[in-house]
Amino acid sequence: MTISTSTPPKIDRPLNVIVATDCGSTTTKAILIEKIGDTYRQTYRGEAPTTVEAPFEDVTRGVLNAIAEIEELSGRKILDGERIITPCRDDKTGVDIYISTSSAGGGLQMMVTGVVQNMTGESAQRAALGAGAIVIDVLAANDGRLPHEKIERIRSMRPDMILMSGGTDGGAVTHVVEMAEYVAAAEPRPRFGVTFKLPLIYAGNKEAQPQVKKILEDKTALVVTENIRPVLERENLSPARNKIHDLFLEHVMQQAPGYKKLIDMAGAPIMPTPAAVGLIMETIAKREHLNLIGVDIGGATTDVFSVFDGVFNRTVSANLGMSYSVSNVLAEAGLANIMRWVPFTIDEQTLRNRIKNKMIRPTTIPQTLDELQIEQAIAREALRLALIHHKSLATGLKGVQQERTISDVFEQQTSGKSLVDMLKLDLIVGSGGILSHAPRRTQSMLMMVDAYEPMGCTRLSVDSIFMMPHLGVLSTINEKAATDVFVRDCMIYLGTCVAPIGQGKDGDVCADYEILWAEGKTTKEQLRFGELRLFPLESGKQATIKVQPVKGINMGAGAGVAVTKEVHGGVVGLLLDGRGRPLRLPADQQGRVTALKKWFNAVGLYPTDK
Amino acid sequence: MNKVAHSYTPGLTVTDHTVIHRRRMLPLPGTVVVTVGDQVRSDHVVARAELPGKVFPINLANQLGVAPGEIKEYLVKKEGDSIERDEILAENKPLIKWFKTEVRSPVAGTIESVSFVTGQVLLREPPRVLQLLAYVDGTIIETIPQQGVVVETTCSLIQGIFGIGGETSGEITMAVKSPDEPLTPSHLNSTMKGKVVVGGSFLSADAMKQAKTVGVTGLVVGGIHDEDLRALLGYDLGVAITGTEQVGFTLILTEGFGEIPMATKTFKLFSSHVGRKASISGATQIRAGVIRPEIIIPRGDGKAKAASQIQREGIRLGDPVRIIRDPLFGRIGEVSALPPELTKIPTESEVRVLEVKFPDGKKVVIPRTNIEVIEGA
Repeated sequence: MTISTSTPPKIDRPLNVIVATDCGSTTTKAILIEKIGDTYRQTYRGEAPTTVEAPFEDVTRGVLNAIAEIEELSGRKILDGERIITPCRDDKTGVDIYISTSSAGGGLQMMVTGVVQNMTGESAQRAALGAGAIVIDVLAANDGRLPHEKIERIRSMRPDMILMSGGTDGGAVTHVVEMAEYVAAAEPRPRFGVTFKLPLIYAGNKEAQPQVKKILEDKTALVVTENIRPVLERENLSPARNKIHDLFLEHVMQQAPGYKKLIDMAGAPIMPTPAAVGLIMETIAKREHLNLIGVDIGGATTDVFSVFDGVFNRTVSANLGMSYSVSNVLAEAGLANIMRWVPFTIDEQTLRNRIKNKMIRPTTIPQTLDELQIEQAIAREALRLALIHHKSLATGLKGVQQERTISDVFEQQTSGKSLVDMLKLDLIVGSGGILSHAPRRTQSMLMMVDAYEPMGCTRLSVDSIFMMPHLGVLSTINEKAATDVFVRDCMIYLGTCVAPIGQGKDGDVCADYEILWAEGKTTKEQLRFGELRLFPLESGKQATIKVQPVKGINMGAGAGVAVTKEVHGGVVGLLLDGRGRPLRLPADQQGRVTALKKWFNAVGLYPTDK
Repeated sequence: MNKVAHSYTPGLTVTDHTVIHRRRMLPLPGTVVVTVGDQVRSDHVVARAELPGKVFPINLANQLGVAPGEIKEYLVKKEGDSIERDEILAENKPLIKWFKTEVRSPVAGTIESVSFVTGQVLLREPPRVLQLLAYVDGTIIETIPQQGVVVETTCSLIQGIFGIGGETSGEITMAVKSPDEPLTPSHLNSTMKGKVVVGGSFLSADAMKQAKTVGVTGLVVGGIHDEDLRALLGYDLGVAITGTEQVGFTLILTEGFGEIPMATKTFKLFSSHVGRKASISGATQIRAGVIRPEIIIPRGDGKAKAASQIQREGIRLGDPVRIIRDPLFGRIGEVSALPPELTKIPTESEVRVLEVKFPDGKKVVIPRTNIEVIEGA
């Protein structure tokens, strides 16, 4: 079974015990969910390295290992050799269903073609990136390469899939057909296998469909769908994105060793991890009427989700992660950006070696505090870069409802208004190993605050043990179970960050504030530039804060204008951030280390036994 | 048996005697030229395919200044015809010679297709023959028609952790006397041309340059600096997917990045095979479908000892392990305890740990994720 985008399976037996796994690129995580009385709760969890290496080369091995850990911890027998016992036989044996998500398989590599580089070429790129693909090249009729160079390029790359766009509906056909001829001549060979036909999605001018079919039908596994740019002023990316997902599951994920076995083991279609996480995030946003940004930072990719004014967007930064692609983070961010978050010095050579060693041995964890600090510094950069990437795509990603004017189209501003407006942001949700398993929750909060620089008042939360993908796929078969577990066990609210916008001299007053606590007490103090202050405020509790920023500083209502807001607590508390927006660190090494240590102490970030 | 949930621990194989199979596949359909039972050497051709020649498109409509449908009146060749370089492909026949336009072919080849929709003609150069080699000395045990073969060989096998460069072969030669000695330019002399040079702990940028000058075919060492890798490649490697680099030799690391002595067992194994031919590959892929770089030394003694393919059941007391994370990166010891309970480590994380005992008797507690088993008898 592979998931099509709209038909969840019918489960007609009672579901009291559920085991769910997520097969990540580095780790396979399993959780056990049990119905206790009327409510579903997550009770146990297990983890094992994802087994894609010899001698097993079979993703189901890691699944069985992770479930074995649950067996050990819960005392429930779930496995009978290599089979999952379904349904439950008694209180201590079996489960009612096994479901899973997967991102193992290595990521989808796509080539994209269009006619005009910064129009159809760009739209095709957005469609592909939004579907979680790594775009290895964008070919356009006007990209400056000679025809034979284009053909050679197609031949030498080994994409998993090609997305062809080009031409508005009813527009010229020539260039699109020309491109199809190049693709046919290149006889593109996919990564996997000689006899495997390369999936090719044609999402261009519908008038060219007959010609494209004639040229490419026999040479590729051709799928035709709606034009991603039917008119210049409008993008229609969903049909192409959905086709990319479907083809990805059918053709590409099935190549991940053991994937076919995994499908057979599961009681519902396997969902790709980003789709599952996106589903649950969308659910939260809609339930609570929030604008949110969610992030799932894994071993190979960082997925960013946003819901603003009801519009959901997802990007997968397939080149930013904490193990497989950690070296890319270094390459993209640069050494200086990573080291700026670390309160000690380390020479470039040593840092580079450590990062490469993590890349080639991705399942290791930091053992010393130094190593933890370095990893969390890298995570800040990965998070930061992934959000920039997401914002740039969310600019052009307008739903079919919205249209741009012709002047917008031809201006193509890079600084075009992003859908992602940090002032309107209500909640940041973090997920993924480094955020969910940080030894102190305050570390997760500060990683996200430093990377995302939330402005005004913003709540932050984290996926307690990393179970969002599991709940996403669970919601397709039992929404109550997913929601119960989500509310009670999954989300850990960290607290609220209050950050005035603007800069000032360290030590000068940034804002006056007054906090009215639930018990009736009041705290009236001043926030200074360069300062971080943390007040304990428990989960479930609220307080009211009035912030009067100084002249030139903005809390969202205008420069110098006071703002009063009700703020929510969390396991970390209420964080007042006077470090400025945009966040600037002291330029000199000494000053920077002093500032970092000051901030770390202010929030109790790391143990200070020295 | 106590099925502790660490039934899987990654490991690298270093073994003196095993039987391996290598699948040799063409990238596109072709012809297999050997049969089951054939004995082959590493440089024997086992299969062949024709890589379609390069394609050159010419937009005749543009060049002649006519509509796409009209180009048929100017073409002097048709689909399927062969054509020489500079031979006339299309021309007009004007009344006045002044207005003569000739379009000549830029390459020799065949007319692949003519399109009256786009006005484009595609020319294809003659095909190139792709030869697939056996890669290792061994026996053909399976052929897959039109696609490839499986070669079996009885050999010593050493897996590395990371490599660059593709398949090659050469005689094993030791450049240093002990596994903790770094490989310096002075170790590399002209007798090492065409050979697989085994070093100790480290290879510097200068030594890499010297290796290239001497004409070494392969280098195997404990570690290198990432900075030197960047200089060698000319770019920063983002993800560990390698095998097509052309830097003058194939490089394989057995331990990791940094100055790390090669594991004694590995070093001894190489030393015992000096002068023997090895087939090596630097291709590495750390993602689904992991590929490790390897050195294969066929035994050639004809005796195929049934290989004990150890199905790793989980980590056990006494297992030899390598520590794969700082601090103590690269240190090798033996598992001396396997406490089942979660233990707090200096980062404050609570994880499963194990105890490793070093040859000098010292013991350390390490997270179970931070060790790798050294496999193989």
